[in-house]
Amino acid sequence: MQNTIHTLKKGEKAIIKDFDIELIPLKLLEMGCLPGNLVELLQIAPFGDPLYLDINGSHVAIRVETAREIEVELIKNNL
Amino acid sequence: MSIQNINVALIGNPNTGKTSVFNQLTGLNQQVGNYPGITVEKKIGFCKLPHNIKANILDLPGTYSLNASSMDESVVIELLLNKNDKLYPDVAVVVTDVENLKRNLLIYTQIKDLEIPTILVINMSDRMESKGITLDIPYLEEKLKTKIALVSSRKGHGIEELKELIVSYKTIPHEPCMNASVIDEEYFQKLQHAFPNQLLYKLWLVITQDVNFLNLDRNEIRSTFTKSHSELKRLQQKETIKRYQFINDVLKEGLKVDASMAKDFRAQLDRVLTHKVWGYVIFLAILFLIFQSIFSWSTIPMDFIDSTFASLSSWVAQELPSGILTDLLSQGIVPGIGGVIIFIPQIAFLFLFISILEESGYMSRVVFLMDKIMRKFGLSGKSVVPLISGTACAIPAIMATRNIENWKERLITILVTPFTTCSARLPVYTIIISLVIPDERLFGFLNVQGLALMLLYLLGFGTAILSAYILNKILKISAKTYFVVEMPSYKLPLFKNVAINVVEKTKAFVVGAGKIILAISVILWFLASYGPGRDFNEAEEIVKERFVNTPLDETEFENEVASQKLENSYIGIMGKAIEPAISPLGYDWKIGIAIISSFAAREVFVGTLATIYSVGDSDNEATIKTKMQNEINPETGQKIFNFASGISLLLFYAFAMQCASTLAITKKETNSWKWPAMQLFLMSGLAYFVALFAYQLLK
Repeated sequence: MQNTIHTLKKGEKAIIKDFDIELIPLKLLEMGCLPGNLVELLQIAPFGDPLYLDINGSHVAIRVETAREIEVELIKNNL
Repeated sequence: MSIQNINVALIGNPNTGKTSVFNQLTGLNQQVGNYPGITVEKKIGFCKLPHNIKANILDLPGTYSLNASSMDESVVIELLLNKNDKLYPDVAVVVTDVENLKRNLLIYTQIKDLEIPTILVINMSDRMESKGITLDIPYLEEKLKTKIALVSSRKGHGIEELKELIVSYKTIPHEPCMNASVIDEEYFQKLQHAFPNQLLYKLWLVITQDVNFLNLDRNEIRSTFTKSHSELKRLQQKETIKRYQFINDVLKEGLKVDASMAKDFRAQLDRVLTHKVWGYVIFLAILFLIFQSIFSWSTIPMDFIDSTFASLSSWVAQELPSGILTDLLSQGIVPGIGGVIIFIPQIAFLFLFISILEESGYMSRVVFLMDKIMRKFGLSGKSVVPLISGTACAIPAIMATRNIENWKERLITILVTPFTTCSARLPVYTIIISLVIPDERLFGFLNVQGLALMLLYLLGFGTAILSAYILNKILKISAKTYFVVEMPSYKLPLFKNVAINVVEKTKAFVVGAGKIILAISVILWFLASYGPGRDFNEAEEIVKERFVNTPLDETEFENEVASQKLENSYIGIMGKAIEPAISPLGYDWKIGIAIISSFAAREVFVGTLATIYSVGDSDNEATIKTKMQNEINPETGQKIFNFASGISLLLFYAFAMQCASTLAITKKETNSWKWPAMQLFLMSGLAYFVALFAYQLLK
């Protein structure tokens, strides 16, 4: 299964790969949610939604339904 | 040497301290108004600069880019595209936060493309050391083609340097710092070819944005250069990527962060404040603290205001020569103004807390914490802010719904916000509770009257949430749902910002409500002091005839005359006419008048009763209260304000839509009469039936 921001665990970092531009608000792009940028899942709200992210240095919260549309590639922790 | 006026526009992302910079530049020298036709707040301040230059500084709404997704943002674009606007800036000042420079520079590169001389303010420079940030200012100035002012609006550093830069605005470069048109060269070349006299970026904005642009025939552009929605969005994405590439390249050299130096409490604080248990506990504790302090702290100044106006009223009545004008002053205008002024302490406290919560960054955490729960009711986490500020006043609360991106969630929030207990209901609740609820303690410590008041607040919230749930099921609106909230870093609120905010909001409320209350109390006084026919005009004779066999002393006689007059005054006749409709609710015609007049604004209720329950007496609240207590229903012999009618009144005021200003703002924000009409009829209908049931059940 393809990884999305939704499948990240708390504290995991990933690189944004791709998304359907129609489903992602322009405002999120402007906040730095663009392919190639780094995203880290900082907090998950109680009841599992929304998600609190660090995208490219910007701190933003988005809902799971949006997070599900953003494909990412997990960065493995330095082992 | 003559004084030269220049226009300066402050532009920037939200949470960059733009308003602090504005406050530092202008002090209290500001004017708040609205942009014509819309309710976006327009803040202009004035600042004297060296060399006899006076700057009009315009604080534009915070925006992340020039791609407008809300009314607030359209204002920015419309101003920057229209050279004929009398506020069109001679120089733009883009404010950025040193910790978020990358994202904050996006809008900067867009402004530069408009070829306006642009100064870059890098704010919060006091945090650089603790974050391990160093900047290469000359390098940044060269690459970004600008002059940079390193500012700490918190500490007041760098403001003088900024003023110097504004003065020398003619030397500030105005050419773009990058070329974004490479994203689709062929397309942009054609566009430029067709409109050789226009700036390319302006043309691009006209194509992508829904803004009025006077000088160009937009249909012409659109028909030749139109693209499908998704093609446009793809190009906008490319544009954004291009701009970020440029910014990344510049910052790679110009900004160094030593992560080992960075100390950050954000993560720790977030862990506690958004914790699945502690987060809610803290939020509830804060709400509890707010309401407690509003009620206990504000009673002291409120009592003072109350007694001051009562004595002012009687002073006017005694000292001025008696006559119509003095009556109008002592019975109409002074109590009317007192009825507005008395709200100031509570409103100021509410705005104080709300602006502290917003300034500190905590409000975003509440949004994050509540979103999932609120969504079950068709609301958004962002609805929490309007619902909380609705306890001060529904008008700013409805304006605060603008940042809810989803139209359905926003509409539902607008529709249900007036159910929250606004401060205008408070004087009504206070006086009725003190009349019909015993002043006792439950279990030795719970004040029953206080408990009743709290229940009314909970009732307001509960009804708001419940009706949101119902509206969510009924309204068939499919709106694109998305939700993006910036989580700003925590900051200690700045005293100056909070104070200016509190003063401004309170002033706006008092002036706005004051005008209505004043007008209504003058009209009421007039209607209660005059009447048609013999019953009114020969009241003395009629009373004399009626009491021909019972001796009356002078005061008793005067009271009888006064009540004979009131019953037959214009207002008495109107009240009698509606009595059949409201007597099943337990009200007499005097309460009816108070209810009718409070359809303009609820807070008029107490003032109306004050005016009605005697024209001719000094009226501080204690005497109104005694008078209300002594009112007897002539048919039943019961007190007018008894437990049943009191509860019925409380419930009526909890639900009824009695605020002309709220209806007006709903019309403005929804751009349709349908929704305010729905609020008016559904809420007031609900109020009528609930009050009816309550009275019939309890009587």
